[in-house]
Amino acid sequence: MRMSYAQAAAAALALEMQARADIVVLGEDVGRGGIFGQYAGLQQRFGAERVIDTPISEAAILGAGVGMALAGLTPVVEMRVVDFALCGMDELVNQAAKNRFMFGGQGRVPMVVRMPIGIWDASAAQHSQSLEAWFAHLPGVVVVAPATPQDNASLLRAALACGDPVVYLEHKTLWATTGEVDDGEIATLGRARVRRRGTQLTLVSWSRQLIACKEACDALGAAGIAVELIDLATLWPWDRETVLESCARTGALLVVHEAVQVAGFGAEIAASAAEATGCRVRRLGAPRIPVGYAPVLEAQSRIGAADIAAAARALLG
Amino acid sequence: MNEELSTLEALYRTMVRIRCFEDAAEAASQGGVSAFGEAAHGRAQVRGPLHLSTGQEAVAAGVCAQLRREDYLTSTHRGHGHTLAKGADLTRMMAELFGRASGCNGGKGGSMHIADFSVGMLGANGVVAAGLPIAVGAAHALKLQRRDAITACFFGDGAINRGPFLEALNWARVYRLPVLFVCEDNRWSATTESAVMTAGAGASARAQALDIAAERVDGNDVLAVHAAARRLVDAVRRGGGPRLLHAVTYRVKGHVSVDAAPYRDPAQVDAARRTDPIARARATYLALPGARARTLDAIDAEAAAEVRAAVAAAEAAPWPDAAAAFTDVQDTGAGVWR
Repeated sequence: MRMSYAQAAAAALALEMQARADIVVLGEDVGRGGIFGQYAGLQQRFGAERVIDTPISEAAILGAGVGMALAGLTPVVEMRVVDFALCGMDELVNQAAKNRFMFGGQGRVPMVVRMPIGIWDASAAQHSQSLEAWFAHLPGVVVVAPATPQDNASLLRAALACGDPVVYLEHKTLWATTGEVDDGEIATLGRARVRRRGTQLTLVSWSRQLIACKEACDALGAAGIAVELIDLATLWPWDRETVLESCARTGALLVVHEAVQVAGFGAEIAASAAEATGCRVRRLGAPRIPVGYAPVLEAQSRIGAADIAAAARALLG
Repeated sequence: MNEELSTLEALYRTMVRIRCFEDAAEAASQGGVSAFGEAAHGRAQVRGPLHLSTGQEAVAAGVCAQLRREDYLTSTHRGHGHTLAKGADLTRMMAELFGRASGCNGGKGGSMHIADFSVGMLGANGVVAAGLPIAVGAAHALKLQRRDAITACFFGDGAINRGPFLEALNWARVYRLPVLFVCEDNRWSATTESAVMTAGAGASARAQALDIAAERVDGNDVLAVHAAARRLVDAVRRGGGPRLLHAVTYRVKGHVSVDAAPYRDPAQVDAARRTDPIARARATYLALPGARARTLDAIDAEAAAEVRAAVAAAEAAPWPDAAAAFTDVQDTGAGVWR
């Protein structure tokens, strides 16, 4: 069935909520369907007790999610944008992520924290960040970044089933993108998707940045360069097997992400691939600047297909 | 047997067990706290920050006596007393302070993260005010699950200046959740007197501003705490929404066990020692008809023996396996990564 990225998530969540009474949703404006429509129809169907509109209280939303999880529920926690989730970092970093370990395995915090990332046209510095590297650095959480409507259904279902706290990073400019979706499918977390097969260069990316990567693959392909494009989909744990096997075959890795390049998650992948396979590596991410408002400023933070193709050519020499 | 006598005996026993436990932990911690300019060394059995609730035992004892096993509890970094009063196993708690495999957290948490989920005690917490939103979430779950239980949430006077205090109280009132907030006001925020850093009339006034009924009580009078907690817990159990108990006590020891607290006026500490809740409970008890000193003496002796045995068991207990550092992190992506 053809669905948008937002509809796919709503459909998947509805299936899970129908099957499991322990799943609840909490966040600001979720009863009206969420600000991106990703919860459309859920409160009408499952009631206000299970799809809970909350005050603008990020610390309490995340902290209550932890308490609910300890008491036997599986909360889906909506943060609107990752930038707002920063108001609840103690609750995520010190509480949700560490609860199971520091209490010696007495409890579990099954919780899916949805915190949309990415540049959203003209939304400036506090509504445009991609902070996935922060969470990949944090022991105790799973980090997921779906790129397609299908993955936003099947990875959300997998996140709800996994029993760990999951940082679930949807991209704000993917909500309207459409594709065929089988909402009965449940993904395996930690498995990458090979979006294109190729022999000369391994290109790793995730989330919305894959769109520009595909364009770059077309341009490079037209020039006779066969690129293998891998969508990581889960950032922690990331699919080393698929990435390293590809790097060993192609001998060259380019990692591209929308997030700031300095200390970005691309560095982790590039270093791991170089250590394991000896392949040549290159990273491409945004410069280390806040995202600006004016179009010309915002553009400095965007990575386009031409930038990717140029980086690939430079890497291949 | 006279009900007042038996109630007071039970409260006295809880307080004495807490005092004995913490005195032993403090003795075992000497030199082991890497704080206030001192580095931890290998001779101490209880290492790292050890926050003692000496002199504050009446709050834990009086409140927890009104709770049931199925009720939840969240606590603070100063949480030994709350944990013991909720019914956690004293021997496993001491082993946890010693970092041993037989500890209630398997040695992974220590004093600041002491917890016993089997009695509903969802954890002490190293972050001030962090327990409030968790308590509210647990209470929210109880309400949604139609369970006949409540959540109690201890926090200190310093916590009321953190945002999660406001967010959690507001949340609890908006959804009329079954939660009892307990501000255990020991008047000190680490090495700063809380009153200097707190605008307005404190925890009760802030609760009342959010339409949450609150009571202020002498936190060193265990019977007063017990009675106030009964009134508030009953209201919460009846579905009346959240309540707040503001129990005013005093932190007799320093912020952590090696902190001699030279920043305080000794007269303030002396005054607090004169209102020691255990001594007061003993005096109150002995004034009751039919009371016998040897009943309380026997409680003192039992607690001392229990704690001595717990220390011996902790000393003899094995350390966790190094491999345990890699367990209970997460299921997806488990293993040794670097």
